[in-house]
Amino acid sequence: MSTTQAPLVDLKGVGKRFGAVRALDSVDLMFQAGECLGLIGHNGAGKSTLMHILAGTLRADSGALLMAGADVRSGYSVQVARQHGIRCVFQELSLCPNLTVAENTRLMCPALRGFGWRRRAGALIVASLDSIFPGHGISPSAVIADLPIGQRQMVEIARAFTCVDEHLALVILDEPTSSLDARVAEQLLRHVRRYVEGGGCVVLISHILGEMLATCDRIAVMSDGCVVEVRAANAFTHASLVESMGSMAKAQAASQVFVSKRDSQTPVVNQRPARQRNQQTVAAWAGEIVGLAGLAGQGQSQWLVHLLRERVAKGLPVALVAGDRQTDGIFNLWSIAENITISSLAALKRGALIDPAAEQSMAAQWQQRMGIRTPDMNSPILSLSGGNQQKALFARALASDSDLILMDDPMRGVDVGTKREVYAIIKDEASRGRTFIWYTTELEELDHCDHIYVFRDGQTVADMARDQLSEAQVLRSSFQEEVA
Amino acid sequence: MNAPQPMTLKPQPQASGAVTPAAARAVNRARLLRNALPAVSLIVLLATIFIMQPRAMSYMGMNLMLNLAVPIALATIAQMLIITVNDLDLSLGSFISFVACVAATLLNDHPLLGCLALVGCVAVYALLGALIHIRQLPAIVVTLGMSFIWVGGAVLLLPAPGGSAPQWLQALVKIKTPLLPFAVVMCVVLAVAVHLFLMRSTWGVVLRGAGGNPLAIAKAGWSLLKIKVTLYAMAGTFGVLSGLFLVGLTTSADANMALRYTLLSIAGVILGGGEFTGGRVSPVGAVLGALTLVLAGSLLSFIRISPDWQIGAQGAILILVLALRTAVNRLEARPT
Repeated sequence: MSTTQAPLVDLKGVGKRFGAVRALDSVDLMFQAGECLGLIGHNGAGKSTLMHILAGTLRADSGALLMAGADVRSGYSVQVARQHGIRCVFQELSLCPNLTVAENTRLMCPALRGFGWRRRAGALIVASLDSIFPGHGISPSAVIADLPIGQRQMVEIARAFTCVDEHLALVILDEPTSSLDARVAEQLLRHVRRYVEGGGCVVLISHILGEMLATCDRIAVMSDGCVVEVRAANAFTHASLVESMGSMAKAQAASQVFVSKRDSQTPVVNQRPARQRNQQTVAAWAGEIVGLAGLAGQGQSQWLVHLLRERVAKGLPVALVAGDRQTDGIFNLWSIAENITISSLAALKRGALIDPAAEQSMAAQWQQRMGIRTPDMNSPILSLSGGNQQKALFARALASDSDLILMDDPMRGVDVGTKREVYAIIKDEASRGRTFIWYTTELEELDHCDHIYVFRDGQTVADMARDQLSEAQVLRSSFQEEVA
Repeated sequence: MNAPQPMTLKPQPQASGAVTPAAARAVNRARLLRNALPAVSLIVLLATIFIMQPRAMSYMGMNLMLNLAVPIALATIAQMLIITVNDLDLSLGSFISFVACVAATLLNDHPLLGCLALVGCVAVYALLGALIHIRQLPAIVVTLGMSFIWVGGAVLLLPAPGGSAPQWLQALVKIKTPLLPFAVVMCVVLAVAVHLFLMRSTWGVVLRGAGGNPLAIAKAGWSLLKIKVTLYAMAGTFGVLSGLFLVGLTTSADANMALRYTLLSIAGVILGGGEFTGGRVSPVGAVLGALTLVLAGSLLSFIRISPDWQIGAQGAILILVLALRTAVNRLEARPT
């Protein structure tokens, strides 16, 4: 790489916090014209946060964004980013489903106006689609809602590469190939190379290692909110990439001796994921903590929900601790006590009505057990901090009579102190014979599990007991590797 | 540098390749059918009326039947603008009654003050839009509250039915246009004008986009606040026009005169092919839907259904048309 040229964008010591969670910790990264920079790392490593900051949709708390030598961090916004020629294709689609392809193009190009703008926008997006995905077969007058997900992704990508009277310097592609088939993905990567050779800059995020190694010039590895390694792509191999992602070198906590609980005859749960193509099942024995690992969105939550539905349909006891507490966890307008006791109402009944005294005593008991920090369990749940709300959700599941507890990435956005307290309670409950199935996106949480299944593409691809657990092994299974 | 090399084949849950032409044609046909449904229901209704009462097929007959169509069509357009951003205005009927009362009292006695009051009404709507967006309040609750305020204001202005619409307003709504009745001309102009603005102009695209995917619109650098304020202010303007037109026709006002417009306008939007969420609206359809509702009332009088049953029968017609649309939607969903 020639460094004679000034970098397009130079990030210096960029940091970002979400409440108690540090998402980015002083990131230094340089983006050069005429190169494709790969960004790789496990979930929560900070890739998406960094890209949102670069695209102007999130604000950095500290550090500097240097563009053409000037710091633009204060007052940086989507508009400023666009003025500097930065475009972004985010993971979640940002097209309006009720508008046509041409109309969606116009949303990004305010310069298209006046009589005949629709025709011009259509011509523009078709030209872009033609150059990136020859033979795409997408009409500019098609309504987005009618297109299959793959074609929507193609439109979204093509739209990022169109411009009218604006300069285009840097395009961020966040998991662009995740919903494209192999042929179309290859067309895209070829276009990325063409674009980069023409002097543009592309930031590529992907969890397919072969794609990254073949397309990128430089690869930056992120871990725990830091860039831990930046090297030329040809200096990396599959193995060294995986290795550098898990560089949180920490002493193996091998203090306790691992004893498998898989001795009794029948497992509590033994179920094949819906998309599994072989006979591999995910199983859990009584008293076991089973971890579901892998990258986010690889079918772990769907498997948990499927299991939950099946148990409920059969009338078997089961409880779920939701990770996304705003959407499917807490009842916003209820008190803390009501939020905890909702799963145990059958046990609190006196006649046909709820016994308020029993409800209060159950709430008080779990306040003490979970250490929920509040002066009054009857105050609204929203008066608690995020971590304490999550504790209340744990209390709800644990207070029920269910011996199987499912956890859907429950520690999202929870501070370290709370996490430690909850880990201890989970272990304690497991030793009393309860079974936990724990989907987590944080690698270190797997250390608390007795048995780990790694998910990829809706299937479980690795199955290991705690004594065989290694971070490298989990990462290797999570990231797709080239077979050939 | 690394040259691009062929990737390994990935398992693919959904086919992302080109849709087969046959499937695309089927989707297009179903969509065409759905877009044509409001027009078809109106034509069927009109044909039934003409068969039962051939005298209605004249300038005079049409004028009589569609007399009250214009204020309802204006109210439907106002409601549609609110539905564009996934909100619902439950105060529209009482707002229109309030405007009618203002027109029959203040506007007649003190024209300048009356005009100011009407401009103030539009400003209140714009503020409501801002409030709903900034505080993230449910529009239904805010407008439900506002409906009591509008009715209260109307009763204060006009405790008993009465007042008198300004002469110029009465003259305006009774214009005789050649060939087609004024009401029909007004409806066509209204439908075409709003269609051009909302469906064909670049502003319209942004406004509708805010209903389809507000996050994407914000990410593209547009202000959702401005969008909501614009739509609410426009809805207020059409509400004012509806009230003025109504009082011009009736010549005097009453604090409760337009209360049923709230539900009529919502029904009109939905009959016209609009949906409550997702920014899917159609101005032409909304006007057609409003006309359908007005004519349904006429049809029921022609077949001598007692007024006691008319509201129920109107509801039955509504259910019939919506059932048809659901059937068409199923047809559309099948090939994909």
